[in-house]
Amino acid sequence: MVGLVLLGILFTVLLGSRDAISAYGLSFLVTSDWDPSADRYGAFTAIYGTIVTSLLALLIAVPLGVGTAIFITENLIPLRIRQVLGVMVELLAAIPSVVLGLWAIFVMEPFIRPGLTSLHQLLGWLPFFSTEPQGPGMAPAILILVVMILPIITAIARDSLQQVPIELRQAAYGVGTTRWDAILLVILPAAISGITGGVMLALGRAMGETMAVTMIIGNSTNFSWSLLAPGNTISSMLANQFGEADGQQVSALMYAALVLMLLTLVVNMMAQWVVRRLSLKYS
Amino acid sequence: MSSSLASPNSLQSVGSLRYRPALARNRRNQLFTAVATICAAVAVLPLILVLIYVLIKGGSLITLQLLIGLPPAPGLGGGGIGNAILGTIIVTLIASAIAIPVGVGGGIYLAEYSRSGPLARFVRFGTNVLAGVPSIICGVFVYGLIVSTRLFFDQSYSALAGGIALAVLMLPTVIKTTDEALKLVPDELRWGAIGIGASSFVTIVRVTLPAAFSPIATGVVLAIARSAGETAPLIFTALFSPFWPEGVFSPIATMSVLIYNFAIMPYEVQIALAWAASFVLVLMILAANLFARWLSRLAQA
Amino acid sequence: MTLSQLAASSQQDAFASICLSLQNVGISYGASQAVRGVYMEIPRGKVTAFIGPSGCGKSTVLRALNRMNDLIEGCSLSGRVLFDGQDLYSRDVDPVEVRRRIGMVFQKPNPFPKSIYENIAFGARINGYRGDMDDLVERSLRKAAIWDETKDKLHESGYALSGGQQQRLCIARAIAIEPEVILMDEPCSALDPISTLKIEEMMHELKKSYTIVIVTHNMQQAVRVSDMTGFFNVTVGDQAKVGCLEEFAPTEQIFNAPRQQATQDYVSGRFG
Ligand SMILES: Nc1ncnc2c1ncn2[C@@H]1O[C@H](COP(=O)(O)OP(=O)(O)OP(=O)(O)O)[C@@H](O)[C@H]1O
Ligand SMILES: [Mg+2]
Repeated sequence: MVGLVLLGILFTVLLGSRDAISAYGLSFLVTSDWDPSADRYGAFTAIYGTIVTSLLALLIAVPLGVGTAIFITENLIPLRIRQVLGVMVELLAAIPSVVLGLWAIFVMEPFIRPGLTSLHQLLGWLPFFSTEPQGPGMAPAILILVVMILPIITAIARDSLQQVPIELRQAAYGVGTTRWDAILLVILPAAISGITGGVMLALGRAMGETMAVTMIIGNSTNFSWSLLAPGNTISSMLANQFGEADGQQVSALMYAALVLMLLTLVVNMMAQWVVRRLSLKYS
Repeated sequence: MSSSLASPNSLQSVGSLRYRPALARNRRNQLFTAVATICAAVAVLPLILVLIYVLIKGGSLITLQLLIGLPPAPGLGGGGIGNAILGTIIVTLIASAIAIPVGVGGGIYLAEYSRSGPLARFVRFGTNVLAGVPSIICGVFVYGLIVSTRLFFDQSYSALAGGIALAVLMLPTVIKTTDEALKLVPDELRWGAIGIGASSFVTIVRVTLPAAFSPIATGVVLAIARSAGETAPLIFTALFSPFWPEGVFSPIATMSVLIYNFAIMPYEVQIALAWAASFVLVLMILAANLFARWLSRLAQA
Repeated sequence: MTLSQLAASSQQDAFASICLSLQNVGISYGASQAVRGVYMEIPRGKVTAFIGPSGCGKSTVLRALNRMNDLIEGCSLSGRVLFDGQDLYSRDVDPVEVRRRIGMVFQKPNPFPKSIYENIAFGARINGYRGDMDDLVERSLRKAAIWDETKDKLHESGYALSGGQQQRLCIARAIAIEPEVILMDEPCSALDPISTLKIEEMMHELKKSYTIVIVTHNMQQAVRVSDMTGFFNVTVGDQAKVGCLEEFAPTEQIFNAPRQQATQDYVSGRFG
């Protein structure tokens, strides 16, 4: 049944994108024209946006999430507070992304705009900060993605840390390590396979995440290197255009959906592979 | 005796065991503790802010009129989100009605009939892959399969299509929790039932499933809660409607799509409704999550 | 010399030779008390054995001696544990320092998921050892009677060793940080007789430079290796079972002429 659904998805998307694939081929992936009136489609802007937003979000979220997980597993603070924090992280993971998007539009983006503006003034000579921030854009999208994937990373890192056997902790403390020597040199390395798997899962999530990003990224099909400019991701493009598209545009969007599917598929398979690979080393 | 032991005129000269904060290792320790504390604060703070904003900003708008009214036309005032609340419930029910039987069935198949055959391995792998498929792709799939082909009575967008899209999303979670919950049921229980002559079907229905009920229910409730908040698969399947639901073959309003549509409108009234819908949605989802926690606590007791 | 002076000086001698002193120690896990009322003086440079039925709190007391119980959520201690006259549980004591001076070998072998060499070097490096690391590794492995078996595969994983070898590796790891005391919790429970014998021989060697406290379920082992023996027992208290120290005396006395009937029953295998 699952296989059927999976094949169904693949089949539908492949069938739908057939026209676009034959019309644009691989150049679809590297050109950035997206002009429905002229029926010219290239998805580079969206692909760039997908990869850049998810990778940068990951870069910020991983240290924060792992740090938080350490904070709530290693007894730095009383048990009760840790339990409350743990429950809170789980509940916060349940907030729908569309609600985060709403918050991002009306609360977060206005709040961080001055910061982004000074970033532009300071580092404007870099292509990544070369435009004046003016509301929606890639940078706020990255930040809301961080907020979205943090609970996932924290929860998985916490589970992995908790699964490190007590014997190993005792071994570390037994030779006279301080708490952080034990965490950084023994416990974290032992939990690394689970944590890496969680990070990859979060990457997959970030790539496919739609609503919060769509609402805050600006949905511009014009390519820009700048993180402060409006941009696009594959999923936000789908959310935005699919409803009103017809003809060749539907096919081009299906092609983009196929690319997204393959991207997340690769990331998720890599996650499973990494977990298996690293856990072999430590068992 | 004990006092003389503790006396300082010890014959053995001993190094002090005293904690020395200036030691490099202790400094490092303090530094990392501070860093982890900051991480935790930075990580939890925005999420708490979101919650506070939604609860205060949304909560302050809630009136009875809002809960039972229809959304106003753009530019007009008043109105409510009654149809969207009802719509979310309907679409989620449709999704559950599809995903729970299919998912629990699939999980039973995996755990009870074919633990490690090639087909089971493939299905497990497929489940993991499906769990990783972005939710918007589920929407695209259902659009291609049902909406654009006008599969149901020549209707394009429909509540049913939206429900099916959500069901695709729920399916892997339900399969996984069932599979894992059943695997935790001790084999002795099964052998006991089979030993007294029960067929394997009767064993599963009367013995194994009840034993695993609580973890399965927990997983199912979580899956429902998650799908109730999903937007991406609904935007171009269930679409939206400013009216009360007109049956499962017509477009239907849902809270999540309402939030999306109204948040990007330039009207204060609509934006306020989006906050109010967020409030209701978040409360529903948090309640479901707490319920699931309670269920799983029940299982442990 | 008056009689009282004599008494005082002999007391001082006794003090010089006392390494660890437990005074009315009680230990609880959360609300439930595991042991209570333990008074004991563990002599320096000797082997002290803890024996007693399962669940009587031997491991619990042993872990209290180097603050390993700190790792267990909700574990609390009352009374005092003095190490060379310093209270291990006083507020200003650094438990890390305590564990460096009082090493531990656990019931289950628990090498690090690192190479054999790193298993030894890790603790030493953490402790600021600056000498020749190769030399230290070899010396420690030799003392733990496992050098011959590992010298050709120092850079293979510690997990690649057998259970008995892993346990000796853990002993070598404990020795490498040059503690004053080594605590061993049933170090031979997972080992074959030959490995057990090796570890026992090693203990005779080690006691020249270290104070050793060992928990064992094996009476013969206690007789063979220890100088002092503490017999722990479970008493059924008001509501729950609580462990206590029934008798603490030289090993010969415990096994040949115990003062308590319960000890007599236990060491002669008539324990019910
Ligand atoms: N981590 C823990 N949490 C809660 N209770 C514990 C813990 N460890 C031990 N106990 C309890 O403390 C009591 C003493 O346990 P301990 O492990 O010290 O016994 P033991 O004498 O070492 O037994 P054995 O010979 O089986 O190793 C037992 O009743 C046990 O249930
Ligand atoms: Mg024990």
